[in-house]
Amino acid sequence: MFKKSVAELGRALIAREVSAVELAQLFLERIESHKDLNAFLDVRPEVTLAQARAADARIAKGDATPLTGVPVAHKDIFVTRDFHSTASSRILKGYMSPFDATVVERLADAGMVALGKLNCDEFAMGSSNENSYYGNVLNPWDKSAVPGGSSGGSAAAVAARITPAATATDTGGSIREPAAFSGVTGIKPTYGRASRWGMIAFASSLDQAGIMTRSAEDAALIFNAMLGFDPKDSTSVERPQEDYTRSLDLDIKGLRIGVPKEFFGEGLQADVEKAVRAALAEYVKLGARLVDISLPNAALGIPVYYVIAPAECSSNLSRFDGVRYGHRAAHYTDLIDMMKKSRSEGFGPEPKRRILIGTYVLSHGYYDAYYIQAQKVRRIIADEFQRAFRECDLIAGPVTTSVAFGFGEKAADPVAMYLSDLYTIPGSLAGIPGMSIPCGFGAKNRPVGLQLMANYFDEARLLGAAHRYQQATDWHLRVPPAAKE
Amino acid sequence: MALTLSDVKRIAHLARIEVTDAEAGQALGQLNDIFKLIERLQSVDTSGIEPMSHPLGGSQRMRKDATGSTENREANMRNAPAQQDGLYLVPKVIE
Repeated sequence: MFKKSVAELGRALIAREVSAVELAQLFLERIESHKDLNAFLDVRPEVTLAQARAADARIAKGDATPLTGVPVAHKDIFVTRDFHSTASSRILKGYMSPFDATVVERLADAGMVALGKLNCDEFAMGSSNENSYYGNVLNPWDKSAVPGGSSGGSAAAVAARITPAATATDTGGSIREPAAFSGVTGIKPTYGRASRWGMIAFASSLDQAGIMTRSAEDAALIFNAMLGFDPKDSTSVERPQEDYTRSLDLDIKGLRIGVPKEFFGEGLQADVEKAVRAALAEYVKLGARLVDISLPNAALGIPVYYVIAPAECSSNLSRFDGVRYGHRAAHYTDLIDMMKKSRSEGFGPEPKRRILIGTYVLSHGYYDAYYIQAQKVRRIIADEFQRAFRECDLIAGPVTTSVAFGFGEKAADPVAMYLSDLYTIPGSLAGIPGMSIPCGFGAKNRPVGLQLMANYFDEARLLGAAHRYQQATDWHLRVPPAAKE
Repeated sequence: MALTLSDVKRIAHLARIEVTDAEAGQALGQLNDIFKLIERLQSVDTSGIEPMSHPLGGSQRMRKDATGSTENREANMRNAPAQQDGLYLVPKVIE
């Protein structure tokens, strides 16, 4: 039962083959038996079981959605009324939100049952989940490897079948990169599709919620409930509700898949390239046509990102001052000293580093040279995507240059870590939807992800193309050794 | 352009983060590495290009100026490190 997809679980619940309470118990037991992965930060069986009982009552009344009674776990970037919300930071240790994030609320309204909160990099800053105050998450394929980040807990939990689905967030690749490293399906929608209300802010012009699941079909089902206009988020896009499952039977024949040559250059490891090329060949077999495209300035995405994201982070994280919530230092001399000590003790090294960069690039005399210049190059990159989409329907390439790396391999060198997001940052800067689907294995039998990107608001086609690949292959059904029977 | 140790300390003060000399020294090397990466932007010709502040452009949506529901004050206050009579307590700022 724990290997079943979201779609299958939904059908089993409506057919009364299993109850929501039984499913909740099953997955709560799996959380317990996979504690060594350190994927979960807060679990409260009484909360989960109460939601499951309500789901069963709803099913009994004939009022169920395809998601009612299906468990989900939330990245600890979404605030929740019933679980601690920490952003994996010491500064928010024990924080109880007075409200639920819109994404959490919408999934609960559909009847999904929350299993708890998932570990991630502190304030979603990182590519390996090594920046969590609450410890590393292990990769279920190889416990000596990182699961990716920042949504490392989400990726590991879905991979090890501890939850059928997990929410996640993406600022520069935090859904796609861990999905690739952990061998699961992960998608971020167009910027503005998912509400940012109640998502602890990192870089507001980039932050976007998405989902990790076993399959594209499951992601489409959850997007139907999760996405949509929210008046509480000023950057939420006002568009009619969509059915994201409508293109799952997409005809691949004639589909033009753009292959950016810049994504296959220096730095790409041979094992990753081999698996990605094989996936492209599979699409050709299904009837797609590969088109050579160019994103000449994609590599500038990293410097652009490391100006814009820290700038916005330094502003967003100024709210943590030890006054209204969060950690307050025990000893201080005056108000400024209290704030400095509280922030210094509460934030880990990576948020501090980014706050310092951001403060500097926004400071008097440097704002135009750094922040405005980065915003201009951001537009150059976004425009290149628009030119590319005149020649193709989707863009495909690798998610990462290598398979998951080992703990500590890049932790001492921030720049090496930042380069892990080479292929995911350009899409984040443009704000287009992107996903990672499992497409094979590389060195040390660690998973490889295929990145698929679509133009603004074209998620249904993106999901359709991914689904057709998953019907033709079984990489997404492989179960990692750490997933206990 | 390279930062100096006193730059790091000044930025840390502006950001309200306390740093020891050892931490500032370590941060200095890392920040200079990161700025070397960022410097690549200076050579890009961006004349005539509008800065992009939001992926979908357009103007900020305005809401109606109407009263909504207020969050529960008690639930909001329960996370405060120090409070009294519904007020947040901070060290004395006015003599």
